[in-house]
Amino acid sequence: MKLIILNDYDQVGEWAAKYIRNKILRFNPGPARFFILGLPTGGTPLGCYKKLIEFYRNGEISFKYVKTFNMDEYVGIPRNHPESYHSFMWNNFFKHIDIQSENTHILDGNAANLIEECDSFEQKIKAAGGIDLFVGGIGPDGHIAFNEPGSSLMSRTRVKTLAQDTILANARFFDGDMSKVPTMALTVGVATVMDAREVMILITGAHKAFALYKAIEDGVNHMWTVSAFQQHPQTVFVCDEDATLELRVKTVKYFKGMMHVHNKLVEPLPPK
Amino acid sequence: YSTGTGNYFVWSVSSLLTCLFSSLTFIFLDWMPSNKSVSDAPITQFVNCRILREHKLQREDLWVREGKILDPEKLFFDEKGSADQRVDCEGLIIAPGFIDVQINGGYGIDFSQATDDVRGGIALVAKKILEHGVTSFLPTLVTSPPDIYHKVLPEVKVHSGGMEGAGVLGFKPLRFISLLYTVEDISIQLISVYDIMIFFQYLIFLKHLSFANLLFLFSSTSLPLFHCPGFHLEGPFISLEKKGAHPEQHLRSFLSDGMSDLIETYGTLDNVAMVTLAPELPNSQSVVRELTQRGITVSLGHSVANLSQAEDAVRYGASFITHLFNAMLPFHHRDPGIVGLLTSDQVPQGRTVFYGMIADGIHTNPAALRIAHRAHPTGLVLVTDAIAAMGLPPGRHTLGQQVIEIQGLHAYVAGTKTLCGSIATMDMCVRHFKQASGCRVEEALEAASLHPAQLLGISHAKGILDYGGDADLVLLDDALNVRATYIAGQEVWRKLHHHNC
Repeated sequence: MKLIILNDYDQVGEWAAKYIRNKILRFNPGPARFFILGLPTGGTPLGCYKKLIEFYRNGEISFKYVKTFNMDEYVGIPRNHPESYHSFMWNNFFKHIDIQSENTHILDGNAANLIEECDSFEQKIKAAGGIDLFVGGIGPDGHIAFNEPGSSLMSRTRVKTLAQDTILANARFFDGDMSKVPTMALTVGVATVMDAREVMILITGAHKAFALYKAIEDGVNHMWTVSAFQQHPQTVFVCDEDATLELRVKTVKYFKGMMHVHNKLVEPLPPK
Repeated sequence: YSTGTGNYFVWSVSSLLTCLFSSLTFIFLDWMPSNKSVSDAPITQFVNCRILREHKLQREDLWVREGKILDPEKLFFDEKGSADQRVDCEGLIIAPGFIDVQINGGYGIDFSQATDDVRGGIALVAKKILEHGVTSFLPTLVTSPPDIYHKVLPEVKVHSGGMEGAGVLGFKPLRFISLLYTVEDISIQLISVYDIMIFFQYLIFLKHLSFANLLFLFSSTSLPLFHCPGFHLEGPFISLEKKGAHPEQHLRSFLSDGMSDLIETYGTLDNVAMVTLAPELPNSQSVVRELTQRGITVSLGHSVANLSQAEDAVRYGASFITHLFNAMLPFHHRDPGIVGLLTSDQVPQGRTVFYGMIADGIHTNPAALRIAHRAHPTGLVLVTDAIAAMGLPPGRHTLGQQVIEIQGLHAYVAGTKTLCGSIATMDMCVRHFKQASGCRVEEALEAASLHPAQLLGISHAKGILDYGGDADLVLLDDALNVRATYIAGQEVWRKLHHHNC
């Protein structure tokens, strides 16, 4: 695991965006060779998306040969609902870049057969050749995507009922009215994300600090599903100071000491 | 084709070329599989602009297809489509095209005069006012004798899409019509390099046009140039004391049956969108009610009505006030008259009373403009009340049955100091309104677009930039000068000496 500790939310977004940019550029995608990216939604990755859009506008990167798979989507709200994850991705990312629509994949929460929809999503990931880099966030209860506490660490894309905590956390997007928040969602499973060749988790804010502690300093436990990534060979956790508040001083010092090495990963690549 | 060895040679080469080019046609048609499932029509994306949406200027792209505003999210997810053409607006504001509900003429054309070419006159003004950002308007007729109405009103056929004007296309229609003939004909046409170039342009163009679009292009050379919901008839059922510049001898009042009197005067109500009348005239209530039921907007003006008479008229369906403050009783604190409608509590629930303002700096003192705006900001509708002399140099001109005189920005009834209309353009009015009232840019733009559309009941399609609405657009800079005008997504006017859209 690499733990990247930065000062604040903005730096996390920037570091993560640069990392993704460098990964795509090094991969050098083309018409026969797409870069497969897994993407999250929510407040945490917004800064990262903004930076990626900036890099696109500067001409540093193109998304023409990038395919994306989103982690999750609510069940039962219309696709053009302002809080649907389709709307989120369109407004915050897709409409600003040059990605082709057929290369984006988001679970359809209004599909006639939800189980079939989940299965076909897994098939699509397989058909694309697996995910090169899966970017994700973490919930205050340590969940990755909608894999709530108690989700199997071997789970795959499926329908999930949302935990009370999650509904509470999401209520702020639905006018603070809990009855308006969807209660079910389609989500990739823990094992689905574990199948990716590399995983990057973004964590910002003091309210996520305990979840980060459980994720990396305690054992692998299905109550804190992000802890599964202790068993993934290529994981990067990118966090801000506030998120480290529950970690041991020793852990923080160790990884801060490695920042000069880790920062090399985000340096601008030399021109070809 | 005559015989002869040489000609056979030409003929066989032509056949070869025919096969080659016709197969190329198929290759081109299949090469770019359609990226849109709903329609193959070209999609234009206006980028680098600020659009007026939901009462705010938002930094968003505007997408247009087949003359309507398109929802890009739906296009992306449902149709997997993308833009065919991008127009860089270099930071300009995109507002809905302006709507002028009171314009008597311009550029020498007087709508109230029965000329031989009424349609031509209206089309000329329609074309010229594109420079002011006006994409829809109601040609206005002042008080006139019945024979004028009988002659002029039927001349203009209004159908649901509005009137059509001459079209503007950028390439030679004839060459393409010939290319639509048989393939053999094409081979005969391909004699010169020029023809070959045209043919390749045609193939490339085909990629973007469906056959349906091609048929449309060549079935008529018309494209809608402006939208005309109908005429605005200002008079003759108005008050004598407040006739303003209207000719006294043609004023009328309602006899026993108001509607039949009205229809006798006008001849037909088919192409009428708005009628201005004075509600204090006896028998007017049934007229107001009947006109409203027919979908015609009833406006109060040129009247000495008190507030209670005005409120009665509103209850019966009147929804507009013709040029507030002008040609009506002044505001009085014990009887505000028609002006009191702005804050009346007798307006039925769910209805708005709109009011026209000529914001040319002459017809209304800026302080009065501010009072009206602050009292009822959502009802303010900018109108030009422009007369035939608008756009013309100073001097004497004809309006209705009278002669008027232009001095600077003022237009008087010749020999008097009575104002008889303005010569300000709509964009001038928008700028003056913003400056005089201190309102936000969005409010100034909405007073010329959204509010008149709401008044006429067409705000699902006009006066807004919502998805599904008509793509009648005006591009302005921050000082609210018009830089370009679009109708149904097609550019119909652009300010010269600028290389942006």
